[in-house]
Amino acid sequence: MAVKVSMTVNGKSVSHEVEERTLLVSYIRETLRMTGTHVGCDTAQCGACTIHMNGRAVKSCNILAMQAEGASITTIEGVANADGTLHPMQAAFKEHHGLQCGFCTPGMVMSAIDLVKNFPDTTEQQIREQLDGNLCRCTGYHNIVKAIKAAAADPASAKAGV
Amino acid sequence: MYAFKYAKAKSVADAATSIAADPDAKLLAGGQSLIAAMKLRLSQPSALVDLGNIADLRYTRIEGDTLVVGAMSTHAFVAACADVRKAIPALAALAGDIGDRQVRNMGTIGGSIATNDPAADYPAGCVGLGATIITTKRKIAADDFFGSMYETALEPGEIITAVSFPIPKRAAYIKFKNQASRFALVGVFVAETPAGVRVAVTGAGPGVFRVAEMEKALSAKFAPESVANIKVPADNLNADLHAQADYRAHLVTVMAKRAVAKASE
Ligand SMILES: Cc1cc2nc3c(=O)[nH]c(=O)nc-3n(C[C@H](O)[C@H](O)[C@H](O)COP(=O)(O)OP(=O)(O)OC[C@H]3O[C@@H](n4cnc5c(N)ncnc54)[C@H](O)[C@@H]3O)c2cc1C
Ligand code: FES
Ligand code: FES
Repeated sequence: MAVKVSMTVNGKSVSHEVEERTLLVSYIRETLRMTGTHVGCDTAQCGACTIHMNGRAVKSCNILAMQAEGASITTIEGVANADGTLHPMQAAFKEHHGLQCGFCTPGMVMSAIDLVKNFPDTTEQQIREQLDGNLCRCTGYHNIVKAIKAAAADPASAKAGV
Repeated sequence: MYAFKYAKAKSVADAATSIAADPDAKLLAGGQSLIAAMKLRLSQPSALVDLGNIADLRYTRIEGDTLVVGAMSTHAFVAACADVRKAIPALAALAGDIGDRQVRNMGTIGGSIATNDPAADYPAGCVGLGATIITTKRKIAADDFFGSMYETALEPGEIITAVSFPIPKRAAYIKFKNQASRFALVGVFVAETPAGVRVAVTGAGPGVFRVAEMEKALSAKFAPESVANIKVPADNLNADLHAQADYRAHLVTVMAKRAVAKASE
């Protein structure tokens, strides 16, 4: 059986026939061919698949595409400017060496943008707590936390929105 | 995941009709427990009836001396809600410490209590505060709602619409987290309610349970030392790779002491 699903992804309307059981992450990666959103665990543990649904960070491996019907979705491909300048959070990860292999990074950045939006005057302790849903096997988190703190303090972050 | 049919319910009445029409259909709330179970093929519904579009199920409001929380209120919503933070800060804190931020943005109170995971947080909050679960068919006292692991008093086709919490004089919830899953290895909710002191424990046993001896001691004197020497028997407690039963029994006393101290702040 197939059903029709429609949503807005990074500002563009998309609509496809999918199986009811299609996960949102499969729709993004396999149907829309946007492979920036990663699948690390497929069991809602690691956060590599984090995207924004109606402005909130969620794990797209644990959501059906149909649950996002009519929603506004932002993926990692949608955060930089059209001219390629990085989002302040991406720039901070680059500046502070917040990544090594980079596998967790798209999810980290999406989660971090949501974190700073919800906790604008965030502390190191709070960043560590609120980053519970994202695992990194390389960095030891220290530089990720530094990057998020720096991005939170960067006035460009508030303007960048997303 | 096995194939299934999918429908978005427009209203609670619409969901009730769809769910009554197919005995193998299941309700879908945030999907944070159900989708994982379906991926593992532990659950194989013929159809999902999605409550996600029913905006009237997502609210919190004060009604007299109770706080009412709509079934589709997400954990993040409850944690951030000014009414909840003011009326029952312990409940806002409980919701704000479930899983991780992404899970809290999807998971709901209705889905959590309908699942009744033996290590979930909300069952302790509901029993600890003496809540009432409101469904499409009736009102159920939290004491009668939660059974042993994953069992509840819900009948087929019955939909939780809200949970009503009596506003306590003081309350606190402390959990010792399983570091990997963040579920409670042991969590204790303590409340001084208009109907007396209640102590509810999650994570330690096959289901949430109250500790009468602690309630009695705290009624006499609401202070950490009142529970410091009260031990629950380890006999019926959970034992698994994360902790032995006697360790969980020990944690019940420690978490209870800390919860009483926090509630007294
Ligand atoms: C990584 C991770 C960590 C987690 N950590 C914790 C934790 O620390 N503490 C904790 O307590 N929980 C934790 N959870 C579970 C989480 O709280 C879930 O959100 C919750 O258990 C289920 O809520 P849901 O809205 O997602 O329900 P769903 O998964 O959609 O549904 C669960 C079940 O409830 C039924 N149901 C849903 N709504 C209703 C209703 N209104 N009436 C009747 N039946 C209904 C469904 O049919 C289904 O059987 C975690 C989950 C994940 C993925
Ligand atoms: S792939 Fe979704 S949380 Fe790991
Ligand atoms: S940079 Fe390799 S997993 Fe995080």
